[in-house]
Amino acid sequence: MVQTIALWVVLPLLSIAVALPVIRLVRGPSLPDRVVALDVMGTIAIAIFAAYALINSQPAFLDAALVVGLIGFIGTIAFAYYAERRL
Amino acid sequence: MISLIQDIVSSALLIIGTFLLLLAGIGIVRLPDIFLRMSAASKASSLGAGCVLLAVAVSAADIAITVRAVAGVLFLFLTAPVASHMIGRAAYMIGVPLWKGTVVDELKGHYDTRRRTLSGVDGASRRLQRGTGPLGDARDAGR
Repeated sequence: MVQTIALWVVLPLLSIAVALPVIRLVRGPSLPDRVVALDVMGTIAIAIFAAYALINSQPAFLDAALVVGLIGFIGTIAFAYYAERRL
Repeated sequence: MISLIQDIVSSALLIIGTFLLLLAGIGIVRLPDIFLRMSAASKASSLGAGCVLLAVAVSAADIAITVRAVAGVLFLFLTAPVASHMIGRAAYMIGVPLWKGTVVDELKGHYDTRRRTLSGVDGASRRLQRGTGPLGDARDAGR
């Protein structure tokens, strides 16, 4: 039951949700807007990886989710430093 | 029986998490200001991804998967506020405009954007406003 829900409900809605911040990424008036949009896309990607691990019973995708979260965090910190020192 | 309970709890967590993540995506597009957008980005998206990871943790029969998923939740809840705080601070420093319907900006005048330090009302900012004191402060010498 869980795998059916994850395949037919969660993954389509999450793919819509990961496509929405692209609008902000293109249109965003300032650099921090785009960084926030990228951060949200990374977080939704973690959820997609977790749902994919649940569907296929492949726990290796959870490690990939952790790595994506780590890279997203470091990227956001680096962009924050860059935006602040840029002036 | 246990399997049925696992299924129900995991499905509920999955649907709640998906709804929250969709809400975060809509909020990123629709909200008018970077600081309002960050409230959707940091709170709704971290709670949503945490719910989805917890659904994986509940539905798994193996302890290794559960530990990995719970570690992911802890990592997400530790890093999302830090990243959001830093990008919000950078946005305020470089002068990203606030929404025109903003009622109060309590930090206005308290940030010294040139030295990038928060100077309190009793400290350097009042001296800066009067123009009598030195520009530097002993607390900020190391920065």
